[in-house]
Amino acid sequence: MQLLIQRIFDGISDGAVYSAIAVALVLIFKATTLINFAQGEMAMLGAFFAYIFAVQSGILDFLGNTYLIIWVAAIIAMVLSAAFGATVERVLTRPFDPEDHLPVVLITLGLFLGINAVAGIVWNYQARIMPSMFPNGADDKIVIFGARLFYDTIGTVVTLGAVLYILFLILNKTKMGLAFRAVSANVESARLVGVRTGRVLSFGWALAAGFGALGAVIVAPRITLQPSMMAAITIYAFASAAVGGLDSVGGAALGGMIVGLTKSLGNGYLGSWHFGLEHPPLEFLPATPLLIPVLILLAVLWYKPSGLFGTKRIERV
Amino acid sequence: MSNQVLSCENVTASYGAIQALHGVNLEVNEGEIVVVLGANGAGKTTTLRAICNMVATDGKVTFNGTDISKSDTADIVNAGIAHVPQGRGTFAALTVRENLEVGAYTRTDNEVEADIQMWLEKYPVLGERQKQAAGSLSGGEQQMLAVARAAMSRPKMMLLDEPSLGLAPLIIEDLFQVFAQINKEQGTAMLLVEQNANLALEIAHRGYLLETGEITGSGSAEELRNDPAVQAAYLGA
Repeated sequence: MQLLIQRIFDGISDGAVYSAIAVALVLIFKATTLINFAQGEMAMLGAFFAYIFAVQSGILDFLGNTYLIIWVAAIIAMVLSAAFGATVERVLTRPFDPEDHLPVVLITLGLFLGINAVAGIVWNYQARIMPSMFPNGADDKIVIFGARLFYDTIGTVVTLGAVLYILFLILNKTKMGLAFRAVSANVESARLVGVRTGRVLSFGWALAAGFGALGAVIVAPRITLQPSMMAAITIYAFASAAVGGLDSVGGAALGGMIVGLTKSLGNGYLGSWHFGLEHPPLEFLPATPLLIPVLILLAVLWYKPSGLFGTKRIERV
Repeated sequence: MSNQVLSCENVTASYGAIQALHGVNLEVNEGEIVVVLGANGAGKTTTLRAICNMVATDGKVTFNGTDISKSDTADIVNAGIAHVPQGRGTFAALTVRENLEVGAYTRTDNEVEADIQMWLEKYPVLGERQKQAAGSLSGGEQQMLAVARAAMSRPKMMLLDEPSLGLAPLIIEDLFQVFAQINKEQGTAMLLVEQNANLALEIAHRGYLLETGEITGSGSAEELRNDPAVQAAYLGA
């Protein structure tokens, strides 16, 4: 029982971060019907922005380790990332025909490699300690049925939940949000009611980049800050978005939780599974738990190709 | 010429290497319903798209005395042209009410809500389903919604692209009555592109014939109805 609860807590903690990146992926997919392969790297860049402001600048040393500075750094990282996202849309993707997907897909792939390489040159691949937005010491926890629920987990879920709610309000209660959803539903008609689609797309990229950056700032203290930090997370986030439905923000958030939980439970219960072999090949062992989210993804796509909450695309030809 | 709302002078349009319009000339005066009749592939849709700068065009399009041929689509809508595209262009994932709200995207006055209420009451079907996804409406209801959405921008002029397509005859009649009513009550000029010549000529004041990207004839609705060539080609007489 204790172990089960513990694994659920761990799963939620990881899942929240997958949700953040998955939501960012979905925002761009809704706007452009494209997957932004560089989403994770853009988020990593955001985490470095926060690091530069809080740690490298010496502010944190100077003022002592206050959470306020790290929160301010996170907000600065979100704003800078949003500006970067909007710039990417304006400069790199807008010149291309939106009907022609291949160039833009290649651009996001190039951006993925480019950001990673430039970050490697500028900051090298040495792992850095990133201070957390939440108390994350060994004793910063509450114990429920013997299972440890860290403040870091609570903070992560509450913060991302709150930002997700703000995102929901922006999309559903503002004129820009309405324009975004209109472009997502029918680009041509959106132009015909006077929506400047270019600006709306920039807005979508900015939202996605800002949201993704927050996810990276939150996860960096757990996995250390370095240019490749988002690689594995991004792959889980792709799976999360696909499970939830690529055009459903709520679905992506839930998909992240499903993937996080199945990975944690799979890791816990199947991590010692030896394929019935007395001496299983060592390289199999760490891979076993990774299999679970992939199987979930396969099952969901088998029965519901548009994901749990995605809309089926029907096109007139 | 003072009451001219829209004029196209020598407008050409092409999709890649294929030229769809070879110099279209037409005009619409204030408060007029003008119909463009033409067969499939004649360039009816392209003509409307050219006016809104949604396709590569050349030539001069003037709206309310301003040259709009190089303007951005959003600016053209802002200037007062509402375009109901072929296939209705419903925002299927948005609710009925949101479709109307987004129709008023260019407006900044505070009567938007009153206009939404007006349309929801005018078409009780839309009123009843205002919170449902617009994609769940029937074809006729979606067409009504598309017209209401276009009217929400309080346009000086509406471009209507084959609104009768795929609808039952009774619904088409209702729809054309709505056009006549909007035209009469709000003085909205209309450029209507149709294959359903009978009904279109009933509500239109004037008309043009479009064949393979060129205007081949024009006249008052009365003249066109009595033209033997038009009767043979479009009225099934």
